[in-house]
Amino acid sequence: MTKALVIGEMLNGELGAATFEGIAAARILDCSNVAVMIAGASIELAAEQAIFAGADQVFTISQGPAADGEFDDLINASYKIAKEIEPEIIIGSKTIIGRDVMPRLAFRLGTILVPDCMSLERDAEQRIIVTRPTYGGNVNARIACVGQPVVISLRPKSIDAMGLDQSRSGAINEIEFTSNIRTRIIEKIEEKSEGISLQDAKTVVAGGRGLGGPEAFDSLQELAGILGGAVGASRAACDAGWVPSSFQVGLTGKTVSPDLYIAIGISGASQHMAGCSNAKTLVAINKDEGANIFKEARFGVKGDWEKVIPAFIEQLHELIN
Amino acid sequence: MTLHIVVTAKQVVDPETPTSAFLIENNKVTTSTSFAPVINGYDEQAVEAALRIKEALGDVVITVLSCGSSFALDVIKKPLAMGADNLILLQDNAFDNLIDPTLVIRALTSAIQKIGDVDLVISGRQASDWDNALVPMGIAELLDWPVATIARKIDVIGNTVKVERVLPDGYEIVETTLPAVITVSNELGSPRYPNMRGIMGARKIQPTIWEINDLGIEYQSTEIAMELISLEKPIKSIETELIQGEDEADAGRKLALRLREERII
Ligand SMILES: Cc1cc2nc3c(=O)[nH]c(=O)nc-3n(C[C@H](O)[C@H](O)[C@H](O)COP(=O)(O)OP(=O)(O)OC[C@H]3O[C@@H](n4cnc5c(N)ncnc54)[C@H](O)[C@@H]3O)c2cc1C
Ligand SMILES: Nc1ncnc2c1ncn2[C@@H]1O[C@H](COP(=O)(O)O)[C@@H](O)[C@H]1O
Repeated sequence: MTKALVIGEMLNGELGAATFEGIAAARILDCSNVAVMIAGASIELAAEQAIFAGADQVFTISQGPAADGEFDDLINASYKIAKEIEPEIIIGSKTIIGRDVMPRLAFRLGTILVPDCMSLERDAEQRIIVTRPTYGGNVNARIACVGQPVVISLRPKSIDAMGLDQSRSGAINEIEFTSNIRTRIIEKIEEKSEGISLQDAKTVVAGGRGLGGPEAFDSLQELAGILGGAVGASRAACDAGWVPSSFQVGLTGKTVSPDLYIAIGISGASQHMAGCSNAKTLVAINKDEGANIFKEARFGVKGDWEKVIPAFIEQLHELIN
Repeated sequence: MTLHIVVTAKQVVDPETPTSAFLIENNKVTTSTSFAPVINGYDEQAVEAALRIKEALGDVVITVLSCGSSFALDVIKKPLAMGADNLILLQDNAFDNLIDPTLVIRALTSAIQKIGDVDLVISGRQASDWDNALVPMGIAELLDWPVATIARKIDVIGNTVKVERVLPDGYEIVETTLPAVITVSNELGSPRYPNMRGIMGARKIQPTIWEINDLGIEYQSTEIAMELISLEKPIKSIETELIQGEDEADAGRKLALRLREERII
């Protein structure tokens, strides 16, 4: 019997995608017993959801600093569970939480995290084999995970969640552990842009260094408005201060998977593509025919955005109104 | 009292190298020699963060620490030209092409212990070769020091460090006590360019070199948790349709029509 522990996450008061994807990954690896840890206020419903999603056992933390998202205690709690149930594999996600919790949990258990896995399977010897991008996405590595336990984090949105089965049942228990916070959150400052969130948008209009300045993003806002989408950006545009860093799409920014991604004045560096290559249709507008973005786009227009975009917007107005 | 900051810095393949120039040979990623290595971008920002602390506090010593099998001296000396005080290279063939970074983490941790009076370690959030984001976390766990990651601003006030951490939609302020490990992100701002005085000064500083035997680490290769099976370039199999028009504006209009035709909009 192989046991898995999924370090689950809550998102806006509900069971987060990371949890569903983690459980699905454990099932792909044929784990016969899947335990899930989740932390947050009022998580009874989420715990039940985790069971319907495939968990056999859920450990909850419903109060204290871990429930408020303090990393130190999430690690203390997950370490305690790992010591208690001795899983063969521990699965987390490369989210803002997982980036901190997963590596430190692994080190504390005397092993090392295999980060950013996109797919996983077992080989003939039952070893866990993962594929993960390296060199910003220019090279994929296949790695045999031979640590004990195996600790991996998944790249968000790379594994499909399973459907819910309401007939499943399992144990739900609150965990007790000793709190020890050394890095404390003093204040959170939200900088949410209005309208549809970048990650949920069905259409994303993204701009890069080729836009030349912040003003151009007004046209992108207009375009996103017509298409009912959100505006994103490359790191270069964020670093230049044209848009806030929350607009950044890519390896170290947001991962989006819209139906339509329109990249304007973006060269298509692998680190940018890491955040948008799941888009169903990618459209590129770039004045350099040799730009890498054209190798990854379904439709392309070679041209100066200042000429292409106004006409594109005009035509869209005609089609959509 | 002097604040001693260690900045960890890795020499990496230039991430701006075009995709086509990445080569895979004997399960190792290389580029042709026409692409010079660089210091990992986030590590230059870590140096910048340390220099800003030095400007704010005055009595600060900055030691740059790098681990590898071979170094391009003019590249790895750049932090000195920017204003760091010392450079220690952990140089040994044992560090060549490691997939599992455990040994590098042990070596860097031992070096920090050997230096002795370190108050703060500043690292990049991840190295642009393997994008692991593991090494600083490992150092922190081995030293049993607190961590704050993805910083865009660091303030040291006595024994306390205040860090602004970048979040997906905003930021948060976290606080911890020294000694601590902090990783920085690009939101910190551009690293400064070395000036002439810095470049001349750096020429005179000889790096200290420690080999693995100088570090007293106990390490068995059986501790490895990752074994490389293969490296592959991802296959992109998309056919791009370039929309043509009488001019650029016309192509823009045709793009809208084509997207409607395909029922994408
Ligand atoms: C570890 C690491 C992580 C990174 N993470 C990210 C990330 O998360 N997200 C991200 O985006 N990047 C990331 N980067 C940076 C990435 O490597 C690129 O540097 C960046 O994406 C480039 O942004 P860009 O395409 O806007 O700029 P450039 O590469 O400068 O491209 C600008 C493009 O605009 C075109 N252009 C210029 N003028 C016009 C015009 N008038 N009309 C139309 N087109 C025009 C040019 O032809 C060019 O193709 C990361 C890098 C590293 C090393
Ligand atoms: N070989 C190395 N020498 C010095 N610092 C390193 C080395 N490898 C990683 N680091 C540091 O750890 C950070 C994260 O690297 P990584 O965990 O490899 O993604 C880097 O930005 C460096 O600051």
